[in-house]
Amino acid sequence: MPDGTDIIYYYDGSFEGLMCCVFESFIKGELPVEIVGPGEHQVSLFAQREIVTDIEQARRVIAGIGNKIGGEALQFIQRSFLTCLPGKERSILLFLRKGFRVGQRIMRMPTDDAVNTLFNAVRHLSNEVHLLSGFVRFSIHQDVMAAEITPKNYVLPLLAPHFVDRYPNERWLIHDKTNSVVVLYEQGKTQLLEVEEFTLPAPDEEEVKFRELWKLFYDTIAIEGRYNPKCRMTHMPKRYWENMTEFQPGGKAGAENEKPRETAAMRVLPEAKRLVK
Amino acid sequence: MDIFKKLEILTDSAKYDVACTSSGVDRTAMHGGLGSTVSCGICHSFAADGRCVSLLKVLMTNACVYDCKYCVNRRSNDVPRTTFTPRELAELTIHFYKRNYIEGLFVSSGVIKNAAYTTEQMIEALRILRHEYRFSGYIHAKGIPGASEELLNELGMLADRMSVNIEMPSNDSLKLLAPDKTKQSVLEPMRFIRDRKIENKNELTVYRRAPRFLPAGQSTQMIIGATPETDLQILNLTEGLYRKYGLKRVFFSAYMPVVEHSLLPALTTKPQLLREHRLYQADWLLRFYEFQASEILDEKNPSFNPFVDPKCNWALNHMEFFPLEVNKASYEELLRVPGLGVTSAKRILRARRAASLDFDALKKLGVVLKRAKYFLTCRGKVKEGVRFRQDEVLQSLMSKKEFQMYRSSFFLPDGTKQLSLFEPPVVLAEDVQKCLTGQI
Ligand code: SF4
Repeated sequence: MPDGTDIIYYYDGSFEGLMCCVFESFIKGELPVEIVGPGEHQVSLFAQREIVTDIEQARRVIAGIGNKIGGEALQFIQRSFLTCLPGKERSILLFLRKGFRVGQRIMRMPTDDAVNTLFNAVRHLSNEVHLLSGFVRFSIHQDVMAAEITPKNYVLPLLAPHFVDRYPNERWLIHDKTNSVVVLYEQGKTQLLEVEEFTLPAPDEEEVKFRELWKLFYDTIAIEGRYNPKCRMTHMPKRYWENMTEFQPGGKAGAENEKPRETAAMRVLPEAKRLVK
Repeated sequence: MDIFKKLEILTDSAKYDVACTSSGVDRTAMHGGLGSTVSCGICHSFAADGRCVSLLKVLMTNACVYDCKYCVNRRSNDVPRTTFTPRELAELTIHFYKRNYIEGLFVSSGVIKNAAYTTEQMIEALRILRHEYRFSGYIHAKGIPGASEELLNELGMLADRMSVNIEMPSNDSLKLLAPDKTKQSVLEPMRFIRDRKIENKNELTVYRRAPRFLPAGQSTQMIIGATPETDLQILNLTEGLYRKYGLKRVFFSAYMPVVEHSLLPALTTKPQLLREHRLYQADWLLRFYEFQASEILDEKNPSFNPFVDPKCNWALNHMEFFPLEVNKASYEELLRVPGLGVTSAKRILRARRAASLDFDALKKLGVVLKRAKYFLTCRGKVKEGVRFRQDEVLQSLMSKKEFQMYRSSFFLPDGTKQLSLFEPPVVLAEDVQKCLTGQI
């Protein structure tokens, strides 16, 4: 297989689409310089090819990965696909090229470049999922619990199961503002929905009360004699603070000043653009 | 009193208890209920002092019939008193839990009326949580010395973890500062919990779904720096507690002078944070790095080195053990290398099965070489530019200023000629902050 082919693949941004790119690359015996998702079209000197997603074909590639490189590798590239690694598509392709050569052993080769890049990206993803399992803050609006997050990675598919275990009898949703997607859970079912615009309603009196109580607890629990903001920052990077109740400006006053947003969480959902999975 | 004031008072008086972990059990919600736990524990926030906030940590009441000298809640202290009703506490927990503020509840208490009554109040709060709300989140309850075994058992069937605080690192100090408590009254419930857990284990092998008694075990805490015990005494006690009572954790709490008393350090005394930090490092060595207390400190060196962490200190005193070959050393050996943690050691083991490792490969694995490079060879070679000498190693670990101080402190790695250790010069303060956040 030649190592550089001056071509760019365009695909629809889905995992299946990427699998079709993999297929194309193997069939044509070429290695694209880039694999680009929707909305990232740019003028370039390279030839371009649109790879059409064919679910049947994608399934065959996925089955092939499972058989030849193993289930662990398959799960690994699915996770890699959720990371915010720039050019993750091509990295996944490189991993698979190697994987089809060496087989299952590839998962024991963390220092190999093709593997290492993805390993680090997946580690970053898993870390973020773990942190968010603690940092997510729900507000309760009538009988729906709703949260907003701004993660770097596409965390919801990994984060949602944690909350399904935790709140199986509640209705809840988490809005990922970075990736414009909402996970909605209701009566044993989770749905991942792409949304364009999505705002939560203003908190009611009870919600404001518990936010205030939480802030009070948070402020009281620290021991002044041990003040250590650096340590806090290492464990809880500032970029998470924006969605955390304890760092929001003054509860009661703040909430009243906030102009009430009329879009109720549940009204927005039916308008959700497209079912992702 | 309104709920805000209550929460403030009962949080404020609970904050000196340092245990706030939520680890040790895996569980999903029960039918019709809410709550789960994960064995690694989850931090939901970090307070301004950098400590993990995982549980709603409050007292049931800050009223107390006892008069422990070091405690803000002691009978003779003139402060406002208040008490949660069991239902108030249960409801607050649920409201916080649903918003994912917390992983569960850590309820401790002053002794109101007597140990039995206090324990009954806690049991009632936990009963409401577990049975009315069908709550499966994490619960840590404080065992009150003096409560009957029946009550301790009842509490233990509802909670995930219980702690009975040993408070002081020696019986003499306990007698002096907590006149209402005795070593016996503290160790008695610990022993009961240990035995009851063994019994429960047997019940579980007979019937897998038998109710579980304290699935996350027991822990304890002691206050450091209010009394004259040496580091060696404290560490030996710690090791003994792990061995004898099967404790999951021993916590150390640097004494915060909250009370003016002739028997206690002056109010202006700074908490011994560095010392506390060293104790935690040594505690990790006991729990995860297969060290014995006697390897870390002994009669000749009864105090921690303020400049070097215990593991590094051990390595500097055992230069003959190093350098180790990355591609050959056993897991236990790798754990002895300063800068290598459990995760790194495991990664190395896994990666070297596929290919022999060089320093570049270690870097790719995420191994931090700053310290480790002095103690390792890769394929028989040391890292370029590294010389394996005590002096060089030391210099690389410290800033210039520290190194000079270290030198002038006459504190040598072989433990000879040491001066008073736990009054390190003020310039160290910043470095303490640094190391408090770092890993061993
Ligand atoms: S029994 Fe507990 S709360 Fe009461 S004074 Fe002693 S340490 Fe404080």
